[in-house]
Amino acid sequence: MSTTWIIVALILGFLVVFQIAKASEYVAILKGEERTRKESNRINAFLLLAFLIIGLIGVWYCNERLKDKILPEAASQHGERIDTMIWITLIITFIVFVITQVLLFWFAFKYQEKENRKAYFFPHDNRLEVIWTVVPAIVLTILVGFGLYYWFQITGDAPKDAQIVEVTGSQFKWEFRYPGKDNKLGRRYFKEINETKSNPLGQIWSDPDNQDDVVASQEMHIVVGKPVKLIIGAKDVIHDVGLAHFRLKMDAVPGIPTTMWFTPKYTTRQMKEKYGSDFNYEISCDQMCGAGHYGMRGVIVVESQAEFNAWLAQKQPQYAVANAPAPAATPATGAKADSTTANGGQAKASR
Amino acid sequence: MSNESTIHVHEGAVTHDVHHDGNGHHHHHQSFVSKYIFSQDHKTIAKQFLITGIIWAVIGALFSVLFRLQLGFPDQSFPILETVFGKWAKGGKIVPEFYYALITMHGTILVFFVLTAGLSGTFANLLIPLQVGARDMASPFMNMLSYWFFFLASVVMMSSLFIETGPASGGWTSYPPLSALGQASMGSKTGMDLWIVSMALFVVSSLLGGLNYIATILNMRTKGMSMTRMPLTIWGLFFTAILGVLSFPVLLSGFILLLFDRHLGTSFYLSDIYVAGNILPNEGGSAILYQHLFWFLGHPEVYIIILPAMGMVSEIMSVNSRKPIFGYMAMIGSLFAIAILAFLVWAHHMFVTGMNPFLGSVFVLLTLLIAIPSAIKVFNWITTIWRGNIRFTPAMLFAIGFVSLFISGGLTGIWLGNSTIDIHVHDTYFVIAHFHIVMGVSAFFGMFAGVYHWYPKMFGRYLNNTLGYIHFWVTLAGAYLIFWPMHYMGLAGVPRRYLDFTLWTSFNKFGDLNKMISIVTIVVFAVNLMFVFNFFYSIFKGRKVRTQNPWNANTLEWTTPINPGHGNWEGDIPEVHRWPYDYGKDGRDFIPQTEPVKPGESGH
Repeated sequence: MSTTWIIVALILGFLVVFQIAKASEYVAILKGEERTRKESNRINAFLLLAFLIIGLIGVWYCNERLKDKILPEAASQHGERIDTMIWITLIITFIVFVITQVLLFWFAFKYQEKENRKAYFFPHDNRLEVIWTVVPAIVLTILVGFGLYYWFQITGDAPKDAQIVEVTGSQFKWEFRYPGKDNKLGRRYFKEINETKSNPLGQIWSDPDNQDDVVASQEMHIVVGKPVKLIIGAKDVIHDVGLAHFRLKMDAVPGIPTTMWFTPKYTTRQMKEKYGSDFNYEISCDQMCGAGHYGMRGVIVVESQAEFNAWLAQKQPQYAVANAPAPAATPATGAKADSTTANGGQAKASR
Repeated sequence: MSNESTIHVHEGAVTHDVHHDGNGHHHHHQSFVSKYIFSQDHKTIAKQFLITGIIWAVIGALFSVLFRLQLGFPDQSFPILETVFGKWAKGGKIVPEFYYALITMHGTILVFFVLTAGLSGTFANLLIPLQVGARDMASPFMNMLSYWFFFLASVVMMSSLFIETGPASGGWTSYPPLSALGQASMGSKTGMDLWIVSMALFVVSSLLGGLNYIATILNMRTKGMSMTRMPLTIWGLFFTAILGVLSFPVLLSGFILLLFDRHLGTSFYLSDIYVAGNILPNEGGSAILYQHLFWFLGHPEVYIIILPAMGMVSEIMSVNSRKPIFGYMAMIGSLFAIAILAFLVWAHHMFVTGMNPFLGSVFVLLTLLIAIPSAIKVFNWITTIWRGNIRFTPAMLFAIGFVSLFISGGLTGIWLGNSTIDIHVHDTYFVIAHFHIVMGVSAFFGMFAGVYHWYPKMFGRYLNNTLGYIHFWVTLAGAYLIFWPMHYMGLAGVPRRYLDFTLWTSFNKFGDLNKMISIVTIVVFAVNLMFVFNFFYSIFKGRKVRTQNPWNANTLEWTTPINPGHGNWEGDIPEVHRWPYDYGKDGRDFIPQTEPVKPGESGH
């Protein structure tokens, strides 16, 4: 019902505005078109100046309203570098923004048409043009320099002692594999994938490295203060591992493994104490992957080494789950199926 | 075939005109069909592109209103949606498949059908012959085909909206494997095939048009119209056409490979795929290959969209400031630099695909280089209005709005082009804010400026000024209100293409903001509908143009009759003696290009 009223109101408003606009044309003819033109010229010039002032106040107001809603401090060292880079760029671009917008709108207001004014014939000036070619070039060199310095640090090789976690995206969930004691992930082949036989990632069981690999889904556990290297892949379409709190992102492409590493600075518990109990390190899929894209959520738990060890110890290697004698396999697969449906259910519930 | 015979008669008439220039105007009688439908007159084709573009713009914008309803009011249901869209809006709420179809179509329609065909199709057709002094395009027949291929593309795309599985819904970029596998998404079934066919037809249209524009500019300039006496509009359209001709074929190749992967069992983009419980046989393909092919067009595409707008804004600013454009040669040079760099930066869309970091760094450098010619253009525009005597016609206001938006959106390009920052804000609302401001809204502003400025030439009438002013002020304020706060959402990491944030604890803080944005979107949409109304109403009822040169401009199109026939000039095509920007020189308000240079006149 209210939709109808809104539409009626819009149509009425439209009719009123249109009648006024049409009438203004006749009024213009009565008053003299030249006079009306000059009048509207003055009004628009004034509005341009007003827009500049209100706009700059609006920029400030918007910042006041929203500055506390953007993310808390970066939770990784890479993230700190990215935040520094953002600050450098923000300062430079904001200065340019204010100067150019002020000049644009101020000149528009100041040089509005006046009876006795003559436009100044000023077709070019080489000195000015050189200045505003060279100055931006220098500023951009600075930005490129900083940017690439950080870029190579962030995309450089992970430290040798980094923890390894394999992340696999599929419509619309995340699965994780931990290498176990040997710190080596076993080989996998997509044609080995068999969900009914508890091999969701296609691990090759003949590879001994696979025997202690642990597979878990939806929740990734990593250790605070210890570098972690993610080996990222996808089963069906392209996904993207988005870690907003760590300021990181990497595509998950079927057939082409990618990597990304970082060092988490705070445990989940520390962040919850600081920012409220509903805080979570979330993994968001940042590459359009189908109808459930918006619900493809994972969680990262950052914890101490001891907590991590305890958590890992209670997990059964996937090899054992898949190759156990029949009765033992049932409860393990059952539990796994439960966790997947729970998350699937969550995604559906949100619609 | 009656069509063919009219075409022949018609071509004959044009040649006739050209050969007997001195004989005055020829009235060749045309049927309704050959005059308004299968017309070869560049002015009519321009109007066809513009009106088709307007229809698409209304549809594309309406789609954005629909998905903004979902984003702004996620808890509310709108029964009217179910009445109209049935299963796509069950219970009055937009279902995810529909949401993704809407955003995909919004992007495809606005980028290609409105801001490419509707913008350069309109103004290249209208202005190139009129401003370089030609009776028509180099090949009027190809020009007509260009429109009709666009029309066919439109029909196919439109029909995809009505099929059972819905239109393509993998985003306007249609990345495989999502777009290649029908099992992965409903929109990747028949809708995707229609999308590819439509886009292929679109590429054909764009190539036919582009080759024509280039040939006309190079070969059909009137006597005295050297390249450096051309208005900047023509330079902008010239580089646009070159970009299109060189990059659209690459896109087409990408689409054809995609079609092969979909139906012929090839593995160009597919490898190691387990989808919907099935193991696919494909091995060895690269999903990233498509992204390279796509963005090799996709990036030049944004310049295809913005260069015509830049050209028109330069011209309109100069005319209405009563001052020459500042740094004419620098303006051409910067257009040229942008056109070259456009081909060397495509991979900045792919910083987080796992590409080699060294390769990434090369693209960072090349991408940020674009800021230099862009900065030159902005400073030159600002200097153009400095010490002018400015008339604020609606066209001039839109031109000023264009520069403001181009600055705002361009500066955030410096953020995104720097791979370090891109890691964080890639595929977030920051990107949405950036490209909507810098190429979406500002290209629209360039287009509006062009429509308001050349409407008198197109239809011999004026648009209603009051509605024009309302249109400008609401749209400018609305554009900033909608997109400025989105930068903050992006910095908060909020991902694009999410229709609901209730699941998330990091991204669910922007409910009020989303509501505000959606309401402003509806208002801006309504005001732009009013512009559309103004457009069609004024064709028939607008104030009549009574002088040949209503803006006191120098360029050649204002030397034609108020309602020029096919052939544009009665009698000889005028000869050109000077550049188009002699405004305010030697104490004279303006000196048309056709006026010979007097002895003792100062140069520029």
